[in-house]
Amino acid sequence: MNNTRNFSIIAHIDHGKSTLADRMIQYAGVIDERTFKDQILDSMDIERERGITIKSQAITLPYCARDGKEYILNLIDTPGHVDFSYEVSRSLASCEGVLLLIDAAQGVQAQTVANLYMAMEHDLEIIPVINKIDLPSADIDNVMEQIDTELGLDPYTSLPCSAKLGTGIEDILEAIVQRIPPPEGNPEAPLAGLIFDAHYDPYRGTVIYGRIFDGAVKGGDTVRFVHTQTTYKVEEVGRFLLARQKKDKLSAGDVGYIIAGIKTVSDVNIGDTITLDATPCEGPLPGFKEAKPVVFASVYPIASDDYEELAVALEKYKLNDASFTFQKDSSVALGQGFRCGFLGLLHLDIVQERLEREYDLSIILSVPSVKYRFTLESGETVDVDNPAYFPDPTMITASNEPYIRATMMFPECYLGAVMKLCREKRGDNSTLNYPSPGRIELAFEMPLAEVIYDFYDRLKTITQGYGSFDYDLIDYRASDIVLLDILVNGDKVDALAQMVHRDRARARGLLACEKLKEEIPRQMFKIAIQGAIGNQIISRTTISPFRKDVTAKCYGGDITRKRKLLEKQKKGKKRMKMVGNVAIPQSAFVAILKSETD
Amino acid sequence: MTDSIHDMPGLYIHVPYCRSKCKYCNFYSVTNTATIPHFLTALETELALYRPSFDTFDTLYIGGGTPSVLTIRQLERIMSSVRTMYTLPGSAEITIETNPGDADFDFMQALRTMGINRLTIGVQSFDNDVLSFLGRRHTAEEAISALETARKAGFENVGLDLISCVPGQRIEKWMDTLDRALTFTPEHLSCYELTIEPGTALGRALQRGLLSVADEQRQYEFFMKTSEILEDAGYIHYEVSNFARDISFSSRHNQKYWNHVPYLGLGPAAHSFADNTRWWNHRSLSRYISDIDNGNRPIDDSEYLSEDQLRFEALYLGLRTKRGININDFKKRYHYDLYGHKGKILDTLVKECLITNRNGYIVPTRRGLAVADTLSLL
Repeated sequence: MNNTRNFSIIAHIDHGKSTLADRMIQYAGVIDERTFKDQILDSMDIERERGITIKSQAITLPYCARDGKEYILNLIDTPGHVDFSYEVSRSLASCEGVLLLIDAAQGVQAQTVANLYMAMEHDLEIIPVINKIDLPSADIDNVMEQIDTELGLDPYTSLPCSAKLGTGIEDILEAIVQRIPPPEGNPEAPLAGLIFDAHYDPYRGTVIYGRIFDGAVKGGDTVRFVHTQTTYKVEEVGRFLLARQKKDKLSAGDVGYIIAGIKTVSDVNIGDTITLDATPCEGPLPGFKEAKPVVFASVYPIASDDYEELAVALEKYKLNDASFTFQKDSSVALGQGFRCGFLGLLHLDIVQERLEREYDLSIILSVPSVKYRFTLESGETVDVDNPAYFPDPTMITASNEPYIRATMMFPECYLGAVMKLCREKRGDNSTLNYPSPGRIELAFEMPLAEVIYDFYDRLKTITQGYGSFDYDLIDYRASDIVLLDILVNGDKVDALAQMVHRDRARARGLLACEKLKEEIPRQMFKIAIQGAIGNQIISRTTISPFRKDVTAKCYGGDITRKRKLLEKQKKGKKRMKMVGNVAIPQSAFVAILKSETD
Repeated sequence: MTDSIHDMPGLYIHVPYCRSKCKYCNFYSVTNTATIPHFLTALETELALYRPSFDTFDTLYIGGGTPSVLTIRQLERIMSSVRTMYTLPGSAEITIETNPGDADFDFMQALRTMGINRLTIGVQSFDNDVLSFLGRRHTAEEAISALETARKAGFENVGLDLISCVPGQRIEKWMDTLDRALTFTPEHLSCYELTIEPGTALGRALQRGLLSVADEQRQYEFFMKTSEILEDAGYIHYEVSNFARDISFSSRHNQKYWNHVPYLGLGPAAHSFADNTRWWNHRSLSRYISDIDNGNRPIDDSEYLSEDQLRFEALYLGLRTKRGININDFKKRYHYDLYGHKGKILDTLVKECLITNRNGYIVPTRRGLAVADTLSLL
């Protein structure tokens, strides 16, 4: 145990985490330098075939330190975005220390701070690392200053490096050995292991990544998950170097994988405690939470024939993403689809991108929604994340919506604009800090619904890219939520319905009308577009018809040319969705999601 | 109008010669007339090639190019070849396109004598400014004279081709041309809004930004006004661009194109259709002649039409005509129940006054004809 170090790298997005990890793997010489590239590539091909990525969640780096001793360094990866903060916290709970990576040019950002706090909560040894010192815009002195004033850390404990060029790597590895304490734990006690990740392997089922705190686990053991109370027989345990490397057992202090014939990733809860069925530990390890989706949207195939394919793709995707949820949903306008739950908007983007890229599906996403809570006359409380299930408004006695605490960091000169944005987004209870001269840390409590709309894009815009953002869900608060319907020629487009705050409804309705007017091509007849709350029309616009499109000549028996032209148009129309008699292009649905900046 | 009369195949002969190229035209033609004898020989050989497949034609359409570039002798040769190899019944509609500049009395009388009973005259406009803009080689006065001569020569079925919506043209000027045309009580009028095709002189002018095309609103006005004036004058707007003084004067030949009736097209760039297959000749006179000299059919390419394609063609062609689409016939022939599949949208189109649905026919209204392209995408 004394020769083991468990650590993570935490960083704001794009501060160079993966590059640094790559360098460390390379330096550790898991394989010899000359064949490094080939081996990585070979391995990647195999991994790709199996549908998992080389970027394992935990990789073991053997390292021969300056003191001449062999060390086992377990690098535990963390997802790099606010949507995944719970996963990050479980990874950190499995470590004794972290490398806090800071971009030498960009300096400390909101996520740097958020990550630092999280690491402090877990009482971890923190090693600040200043990356990208090779950049012409690198300002190491300034970053040192920020480390002191904004992070409250001793800047002289920080290590400079350039992951890109490979400079400073050895010092970092040495610091890990010297400064991060070895794991503690009793190998003789009952097994207590923390699951911090799991992924799906088509040949072996779910592969669990865990950190053993007490006891030991080996092939043949029957293990139990404390929260789900399910039991499995362990098939194999081991460590992940560049490929899985089987071991006899994992014991206290170790980080490694466990394969136990578990079918899907959803059968495993991140943060759950693994113990032996026969001699269980006293209680679960602390910090368990069920990862619950907070943002919901419906996904529809553009071509209804693709529904089955979409279903298969979602199943497959779900194998590797336990926090993603989906269930059948259907829309009059868009046909059969699925209501999906996401951890946040980025998570949604990731899923959308993967469905489109990896599964080659053309999909339409409905307007994302949060989960609202309604109290009905009957006294019953219902949670609604899908406008299709909005309760009868006459029965609603109270409505509540989820609030977050948003933390933003940005240069002082943008304060006015950011405050204005936050107020516009119904922000409240602001607190303002000046962690260092010229920099602002601003916290606001605001509805989650406002954030998923277009908040982050706009924050980026008004701070010219310097603003960073992080958030935590805090609670549900009283609100006034209405259902905004969008009607096209009198037909409700159910996929465009949104649950919104009453004060927002008119603006949102107008915007939807305008967007649709821009995106829906003119047709043979007039198209009326309306926004409505119940029977009350709150916004409207019309698209005037085109009146002449016929080409005069259709002659000489050359019917083919004309047909081909029309077939092309017809194909274009097929890619649109018919609502009543109006063809709505996919771009119209997408446009509704985005709003204009003021 | 019964369908049986149209079920007999039609014959089209493309005469690929013009004295000069009009600035808007993209039909295939050449201005060097030295090859005419070669062409006529090749045409005769091509005619013979199809004897195993065709026997009787009840329409013959000699188009171009400018067929009136040929001499009476040359036209006689074509007619006699056709008659020697195929049957043209006495009731056959035999049409020739003529340029007003070529049409003297003797020429027209000779056409009559040959049995040609339908004459279309490429008047295009009675406005000399428009004629010169279009690059026509004749004047309005020549057109008037040609029309008078045609009557004198005994033609009882005369059609005029007119072009409207020329850049800069005021609608009043166009109405003058229409009024002038009506004074000749032609049996048939084809009125096209000018389409500027790539590869033509006007197309190049457009590309260089020297021209602008009429916007949709203007096109709509011209289209509606034309239809109104001619229908008020008693003409039937039987197809997007075609008007007949009586339904019996609608072009029987062109209707074969629109109804999937077989037709044989001879000469360069001509299209043919039979047995659900459409094929077309090389758009090159030299290639046409050399292929035939080498004993080959001068076919550039062909396509076999799937049922879907046939159905779609029938839909878009049918919706360009006043006859419209007979729902039962459509079901029988193309195995598609229009009302069953598209009832809802059809009802909307009726409500929007774009089509009518009467006696089992879906018929575009005047406003419907103006958007016939989109109608067919229903």
